[in-house]
Amino acid sequence: MANRPVAIAGQIVLYGAFAAFIGYFATNPRYQHLEADQALVKLSLAHFGDRECRKRTPEELKQLPPNMRAPMECPRERSPLTIELDIDGKPMYRGVIQATGLSKDGIATVYRRFELASGEHRVAVRMNDNLRQSGFQHVKEDTVTLKPAQILVIDFNPDKGGLFFK
Amino acid sequence: MSVHAALRLAVQTAFRRAENGFDTAFGPTDNPLRHLGALGFFFLWVLVASGLYLYIVVDTSVVGVYRSIGDLTRDQWYFGGILRSLHRYATDAFIIVMMLHLVREWAYDRYSGFRLYSWATGIPLIWLAYMSGIGGYWIVWDRLAQFSAVATMEMFDWFSIFNQATVRNFLSAETINDRFFTFLVFLHIGIPLLLILGLWAHVHRISRVDALPARRLGWGSLLCLLALALARPAVSDLPADLGQVALDTRIDWFVLFVHPLAYATSEGFAWSLLLGGTVLLFALPLLPHTRRAPVAEVDPPNCNGCRRCYVDCPYGAVTMEPHPYKPRHQIAVVDAANCAGCGICVGACPSSTPFRSNEKLVTGIDMPQQPIDVLRHALEERLTHLSGLTKIVVFGCESGADVSRLAAQDTAAFTLICAGMLPPSFVEYALRAGADGVLITGCRPDGCPFRFGNHWLEQRLSHRREPHLRTQVPALRVRQAWAGPTDEKALEEALHQFRRDLEMHAGEATHLAPFHRRTIPHGQ
Repeated sequence: MANRPVAIAGQIVLYGAFAAFIGYFATNPRYQHLEADQALVKLSLAHFGDRECRKRTPEELKQLPPNMRAPMECPRERSPLTIELDIDGKPMYRGVIQATGLSKDGIATVYRRFELASGEHRVAVRMNDNLRQSGFQHVKEDTVTLKPAQILVIDFNPDKGGLFFK
Repeated sequence: MSVHAALRLAVQTAFRRAENGFDTAFGPTDNPLRHLGALGFFFLWVLVASGLYLYIVVDTSVVGVYRSIGDLTRDQWYFGGILRSLHRYATDAFIIVMMLHLVREWAYDRYSGFRLYSWATGIPLIWLAYMSGIGGYWIVWDRLAQFSAVATMEMFDWFSIFNQATVRNFLSAETINDRFFTFLVFLHIGIPLLLILGLWAHVHRISRVDALPARRLGWGSLLCLLALALARPAVSDLPADLGQVALDTRIDWFVLFVHPLAYATSEGFAWSLLLGGTVLLFALPLLPHTRRAPVAEVDPPNCNGCRRCYVDCPYGAVTMEPHPYKPRHQIAVVDAANCAGCGICVGACPSSTPFRSNEKLVTGIDMPQQPIDVLRHALEERLTHLSGLTKIVVFGCESGADVSRLAAQDTAAFTLICAGMLPPSFVEYALRAGADGVLITGCRPDGCPFRFGNHWLEQRLSHRREPHLRTQVPALRVRQAWAGPTDEKALEEALHQFRRDLEMHAGEATHLAPFHRRTIPHGQ
């Protein structure tokens, strides 16, 4: 080791540098996730696609064991969801979301985020949850005013009337 | 030389220079670069101790968690606030020393052969450390926590392995409940416990684990973090609000660097980098590296079961078992998978003494690449040819300063696998066979690649460890000058100084009686 005063000075410098290194990078530089005037639109929904169910006839039900006499016969596979999102007339998202699960009998889910300038925007979202039907059974279109940093979530809940903005 | 080998050598050189520089300020025992593993353990215990108090005071409800941590920081800044800051900064310090430890072991080519187990068990610990660190930031439930939670979930959703996007759990305040924070705290305790378990596995194949730094280094590191905690107390950001995006945040770059990386590139790129890096670390031992040294071999007739090699082996590669034909005796057994081939066991073996009269010196445990008999013959042969006023024998090691350049008409130089391989009796033997002095060198203190080579030898020479140098050997005629690969000039100067000192005392009757095993019967 060098002579004691030099060694102590060296230790102070090195411990200080270690502390300064941690102290600075523990909070700096600030991370600018979005610009100050930007907002975020999140298209996030999870929904079971439709199934083409058929009502069993009384004869068919009679042939089934008593514990299996479900009035409706549904295929296991669910329809994929077709979703479109336009913002200010521009197509932002077009997608066909398959149902999850090996037999495609689970929920279909989508999550996308779009960064927008804050202010007024025309948001239109359309969803088809039944492949056998043309067009979109669920549509939501509205003008929204987004504040800086605001998150607008586009979700789906049949109990809330289908597609909704939050 | 391959690109990998060249890169490794460059980093090794940088580390060596930094270590030597740090030696100047700290000395080898307190040099943080030489004790990164021990420092990692130390910061982990600081985290555990500070975390215990934080666990007691934190309220794990949605509304209470932010408030309780804020109150602690504000109203109890002198204790709870400091502990909180200490908890944060010790996390960063742990990450730093962990990564430095990883790079250093790679640079010194310590990831294959008998070290493969420690290397492979260390890699998952990095993931556990980051999982614990990231989860810890969520508990505060401020804007930074919200940002990290959403960013992490978006990364997980890139895999599409969950039946719903996990990030949907962070869409609105209604999706977060009190149990979420209970679960977070459970994870934040459980994962570090797994980390400690993993650390046990990481080190359990080595003996005398460097699990705590020297007292001065420990206090210095703690005071350093305490000063930082006082100067820049850790504070919360604004409370989390899932209706608003955290536009800009003061992120901890040591722990949360992956979020900006994923946003600047893509989740796929970030995962590729993390998983690719992990696979690369596991695959490193498969790349070309230094050929493995032959392992120690035991000679049953010459092993008396004294256990010294068993005690001194730095890697626990020697075990004791019943001797096959010596009743009530044990025999050393070498586990080839754990043996570093350092030869420290040879230096520990009392049968390695060159004073034995047998023409062929067979010791209890020996290195096939440098048998002790060859060393004795070479020493005898060189001593007979030495000339000059002051004849000096230098014993060095392969990892320390190159001693071959010191060889001259009046100087015989021998390079051992490790300084710890030198039986102290060789020092006395050299002095009795014609040398005026013996200079012993090897890696700098705490710089031995085999952990204890120079440490054990130094203890044997100072009569603190068996087999020790006999007390009648005059201290004047034995000198230690520990020197790393870049210290050749210093070693040369140490040799000159030693020669001058010997010449100054030339008139004193400190020579040992001569001994020539071929002419003097054993025991005389």
